[in-house]
Amino acid sequence: MSTIPTPAPQDAATPIVIVGHVDHGKSTLIGRLLYDTDSLPEGRVAQIIESSKKRGLTVEWSFLLDSLQIERDQGVTVDSTRIPFKLGTRQFVIVDAPGHRQFLRNMITGAADAEAAVLVVDANEGAQEQTRRHAMLLRLIGIRHVIVLMNKVDILNYDQKKIEAAERDITALLHQLEIEPTVFVPASAREGDNMASRSDRMPWYKGPTLTEALAAVPAPSSRADLPLRLPVQDVYRFDTKRIVVGRIERGRIRVGDEVVIGVHGARARIATIESWHTAPQVAAIAGQSVAVTLEPDVIPDRGDFLYPASAAPLRAARIRTRLFWLRQEPLRVGESFKLRLATAEHQVTVAAIDSVVRLEDLTEHPAEEVPPEGFAEITLAVSETMLFDAFVPGTSDGRGVLVDRNQQIVGGAPLIGIAESVAGRNAIHPTGSAVSVWDRAQAKGHRGGVFWMTGLPGAGKSTLARGAETRLFARGVDVSVLDGDTLRAGLCSDLGFSEADRRENVRRAAAVARILAESGQVVIVALISPTITDRELARQIVGEGFHEIFIDTPQATCEQRDPKGLYAAARAGKIAGFTGIDAPYEAPVKPDLRLETANASSDETAARLAAFIGEETRLDGAAQRQTS
Amino acid sequence: MDDLDQLEAQSIFILREAYRKLKPLAMLWSLGKDSNVMLWLARKAFLGNVPFPVMHVDTGKKFPEMYKFRDEYTKKWNLELLLGDCPPVEDIDPTLPPAARSAARKTAGLAAMIDKYKLAGVIAGIRRDEQATRAKERVFSPRGAGHKWDVRNQPPEFWDQFATPHEPGMHVRVHPLLAWREIDIWRYIEREGIPLVDLYFAKDGKRYRSLGDQDITSPVESNASTVAEVIAELETSRTSERAGRAMDHESEDAFERLRVAGYL
Repeated sequence: MSTIPTPAPQDAATPIVIVGHVDHGKSTLIGRLLYDTDSLPEGRVAQIIESSKKRGLTVEWSFLLDSLQIERDQGVTVDSTRIPFKLGTRQFVIVDAPGHRQFLRNMITGAADAEAAVLVVDANEGAQEQTRRHAMLLRLIGIRHVIVLMNKVDILNYDQKKIEAAERDITALLHQLEIEPTVFVPASAREGDNMASRSDRMPWYKGPTLTEALAAVPAPSSRADLPLRLPVQDVYRFDTKRIVVGRIERGRIRVGDEVVIGVHGARARIATIESWHTAPQVAAIAGQSVAVTLEPDVIPDRGDFLYPASAAPLRAARIRTRLFWLRQEPLRVGESFKLRLATAEHQVTVAAIDSVVRLEDLTEHPAEEVPPEGFAEITLAVSETMLFDAFVPGTSDGRGVLVDRNQQIVGGAPLIGIAESVAGRNAIHPTGSAVSVWDRAQAKGHRGGVFWMTGLPGAGKSTLARGAETRLFARGVDVSVLDGDTLRAGLCSDLGFSEADRRENVRRAAAVARILAESGQVVIVALISPTITDRELARQIVGEGFHEIFIDTPQATCEQRDPKGLYAAARAGKIAGFTGIDAPYEAPVKPDLRLETANASSDETAARLAAFIGEETRLDGAAQRQTS
Repeated sequence: MDDLDQLEAQSIFILREAYRKLKPLAMLWSLGKDSNVMLWLARKAFLGNVPFPVMHVDTGKKFPEMYKFRDEYTKKWNLELLLGDCPPVEDIDPTLPPAARSAARKTAGLAAMIDKYKLAGVIAGIRRDEQATRAKERVFSPRGAGHKWDVRNQPPEFWDQFATPHEPGMHVRVHPLLAWREIDIWRYIEREGIPLVDLYFAKDGKRYRSLGDQDITSPVESNASTVAEVIAELETSRTSERAGRAMDHESEDAFERLRVAGYL
């Protein structure tokens, strides 16, 4: 029999995220830290030495983290990774976050649950774009303890004046973000100065080494003493009992406590706390995943908060929020998403973009759109009144996340509070549909989509659109055509042919096409849309499912056909600004489909177009394409 | 709450998210220590029930002790067991090194089961600390057409919000043990009294630290014959857990290639 005692309970590891500009030395810092604290398994050290040797390098500590083959080949870290290490008896987990801009979402994935951050700054180069971006993210994801490591001070010859000047710049930058750094550590990760042991080359520095600074990071504060928030995750029925499950985000529950349920405000008592393979439970605290029965046996929905009557969350249908936008495309007013908050999902529409952060100097400015991967403050219109708490770092309050129609996360939204209602144009309350795109597609047997045909006047757009429409309809496809002349006869009859009016014409056509496509229809738009900018506007309005189709007919052929006599009129000077004659036509550079009509019958070409559309809207076809 | 309580609570949260969001759902049961812990956590999450099937992708080359364990606990724990077999090694990509090629049989077997049962979610017991490539994983890891893992294009995952695409041809690998370390698994086994195949315990100075196919798994030198002794041994050990798994060591990128193709 063994005499070894069962190990004592341990505290959970403290996650520390390492952020900073590319090449400012994050990976080297981590490799060095693990080596200095003797935290590397034998296999890892051997691997690093082997890998470094293979590439003809001296031991390269960053290889430890860049453990994927592709990363080493590119020489960059592509994703966050987590490595445990110990200081004394305290457990830490290092989260490495990449510095390359396009990998922003990986950094957030790694950093979001960190307790503290080490912001690595090359003391020689000072703050760079990624330094500012990462600092901004630390603020938005709510990390309160920031240790600034001024790296590569060996290049500055450990000069106190130069290092302190660099520190002042960083202090000013963080001050703008309301981040108060815990400490600045002047260090050289490569040389080991002030990492795990005090450097004798900077006798002027009296502060902690990096490991001392990490050891001083306070343990996470308990959420158990705050008012209860228990978001319902699911409701099960096992045997004859109805069981409500969820994780207590803050506060505590005891059997007998009265709780209020969700926005409807029904009241119930916690009748029992259910569990398997534990001692009977009568209470539970923040952090625990619990299962309870309620008395009376009301049935909450997933997403409903259970909370005490004495401390209710806020209620609103218009919410102001900060935003870190994760898409590579801009965000505009009018776009709709689902807002996930804990286990709830609400339909929201961007009602206003209140300000956008300029990354060069971290100042806020009014803007029409949030740039790709940008930071902003926006107002969301919710399709119904919802409950929420404003974002507070160190708790899970107000941690909103925006997801698109495909359940992809497109942004983080730390909620600020209730938005004041504004009169006039901005006060829109669009409602989102509860029927998903996929539900509609399954019901119709095909996906919706927009097929935007562009080409010279007389190229054959309307003819082909109608030909394809007939063919698709015969196959049971729900299809409709929006063509230029039809639009101008009705919806756009107030518009002329000035540049502004043409653009408005395109905007309206695209907006209608989007509504139809969202309802599951296949929409063929036949519109000259002569400029690349016009079609880019249409693409942005329509979003996913936009296809550009170029009807490529030589101008001579168009002019010869001249079905409406327009070329003749333009040549005679009766029409000004006619595309192809005295107004330019910009052919698409990379259309999704190019149809040359000069040497094919319109029947053949319409069949080709119908086949393409059929393929792109097939249920199991384009659906498998990754959306990013 | 101590660290094991926190890991347990988070894993239960993840399992309940998967059960709510992904249907049909199944859990992989490799019969190893990690998947037994995972199954135990499922019973905690669903109050003694396991409300989805468990799958054993059988290479036909497991240890006899493992088959015996499977049959015994399928009954004892009232599990719905789905069995799938693997194609012969001759059908597998011949450019892979031999052990990796052998391990890839399991990938093909798993892919066939996912297709057969049209699974939207597969719960798997991998951990970040096992292997560098696994350290890059998400808790909810969407797989595209052909079950491929697109390591360069993983969705963001933060504040416990998980990507749950439900498009045809896609499924999600769910990893409730991602944050656990090897020693956490053993401490939890000790605390909860979770049964294990006895190959994990030393006989004649050797024990298995990780269990795979008989022909590509080797034991380590050890005298640890109880869970407590294994924990004590791990606290001083400096070799990596998968040192006995041949396919991890054949070439620098063999394991990553396996994982991109859908290996666990």
